[in-house]
Amino acid sequence: MTALPVEEMITRVHHEEWARVVAGLARRFGDIDLAEEATADAFVAAVERWPRDGVPPNPGGWLMTTASRKAIDRLRRESRRDAKHQAAFMLYDDTPSEPVGPVVDDRLRLVFTCCHPALSMEARVALTLRLLGGLTVAEIARAFLVQESTMGQRITRAKAKMKAAHIPYRVPSDRDIRERLPGVLAVVFLVFNEGYLPSGGDDRLRVDLTDEAIRLGRLLRYLLPGEAEVDGLLALMLLIDARREARMSRTGELVTLAEQDRGAWDRRLVAEGQTLVHEQLAATAAAGRPPGRYQLLAAINAVHMDAPAPSATDWAQIVRLYDRLLVCDPSPIVRLNRAVAVAELDGPAVALAELDRLAEALDRYHAFHAARADLLRRLGRSGEARTAYDRAIDLAGNPAERVYLARRRDQLGGGRTSRGTVCPDAKW
Amino acid sequence: MPRYLLSVYGPAERTEFSGYPSKQAMLQAFADTGAFNDKLQREGHFVFADGLAPATAATTVDGQGDTPVLTDGPYLETKEHLGGFWVIEAPDLDVALALAAEGSKACRGKVEVRPFQTEGSIRELLES
Repeated sequence: MTALPVEEMITRVHHEEWARVVAGLARRFGDIDLAEEATADAFVAAVERWPRDGVPPNPGGWLMTTASRKAIDRLRRESRRDAKHQAAFMLYDDTPSEPVGPVVDDRLRLVFTCCHPALSMEARVALTLRLLGGLTVAEIARAFLVQESTMGQRITRAKAKMKAAHIPYRVPSDRDIRERLPGVLAVVFLVFNEGYLPSGGDDRLRVDLTDEAIRLGRLLRYLLPGEAEVDGLLALMLLIDARREARMSRTGELVTLAEQDRGAWDRRLVAEGQTLVHEQLAATAAAGRPPGRYQLLAAINAVHMDAPAPSATDWAQIVRLYDRLLVCDPSPIVRLNRAVAVAELDGPAVALAELDRLAEALDRYHAFHAARADLLRRLGRSGEARTAYDRAIDLAGNPAERVYLARRRDQLGGGRTSRGTVCPDAKW
Repeated sequence: MPRYLLSVYGPAERTEFSGYPSKQAMLQAFADTGAFNDKLQREGHFVFADGLAPATAATTVDGQGDTPVLTDGPYLETKEHLGGFWVIEAPDLDVALALAAEGSKACRGKVEVRPFQTEGSIRELLES
């Protein structure tokens, strides 16, 4: 291994090994709480010892061994030693257990346990970030703008439910994967979105959350190879993240995709995302399956990013992709996005008529009013456009988005006729 | 093995056919629930199950004072009340949830799944 400074090594090992150690201990000791505490203890020991003694040749093995010892220490200290704990203690030896049957990564159990449908979405997100991502309670609390004590309680309560209700810690069956994978992916995408477009607070971007979501996406891809939607979600996140530098102006304003400097996109991430999209769509077509939601969203982003300039965007292709997306997700939000693409093909009047059919369903959604304002502006209906911008600004949670919408509103009637179409799915 | 309470709630005032749209629908739900109970027995999950008389038939007793205080009606004042329940044994929550889904379909109602305390959780309570 290259000689990185020891602090960087610890950070890297933390990213690579945290979930593996928690997951392994949870299986061995049958107690997720204990697994988490002992893993945290082991990392504290690493921070103390590695700068002094040097990084061990097999950091993951060192951490697993140390965490196992810490778990046993904790069991010894606590009087509550039920039969299961005692059995784990009696059976414990330093050699890693020989795998029986197909080797299954323990982290797969951990993913599906943290994202169990009997837990609230908030609890799933918090557990995933804590147990799989290794974020501290303070970090998760900060990311979701709640008090540390509130987040601590949320995690404690979720772990207590896992234990009291006997949520199983087992390798998911094919059926579990089929039924519960969408829920797992939703957790990861929620983390990503909260990082990319924070819904509240003063931060305009939380790189820690987008990076964590991409790391989780890569982990899922490793654990569930060949799952098209897993690859689709990873591709989607990579393509959006590639625009990170280009989407924020020097004055802290969000820059729409159409107005971004395409030279500022991260070419490495674009290429990785595009490759994943193409491979997956080909594999899905070859298998005769319809593509899933994340695959299609990734493909839509890929088409946008294929164009050397906004005017060269293949809108017909984008509308076709939305047509397919409507088959698996016939929601008003998908219809809104499709309408915005339709505006580029058939003009703003056609799109506006479609939007008006969605007014009731999407009245509380800022992107609906923003898209409507945009179409009204293009039709020269400035007064109505202003009202719609005001409503969008009221409903938007992200400060950079509010600044952007206010600018659009204030440009009304100024003679500027930017055709920067704002597609909520691929907006920034 | 872990035990779970599966409870079914319904309106306090029962209609002519106990909340079902018709007599036929009621009889069909009873038959389906009976078949579900048989399955629970056969597969070793069954501990107990029954339906309750309307909540208006309940009496609440507070025996903490010198003489018991009796109140007509259920303890909780809500629009919906416990109408019936199962007590089942299942190895984990996933099995309990799958059974609850079947029970819900059979009795035409939502089912709340709640674990019972275990020996371990009571021991923790005593040692805390």
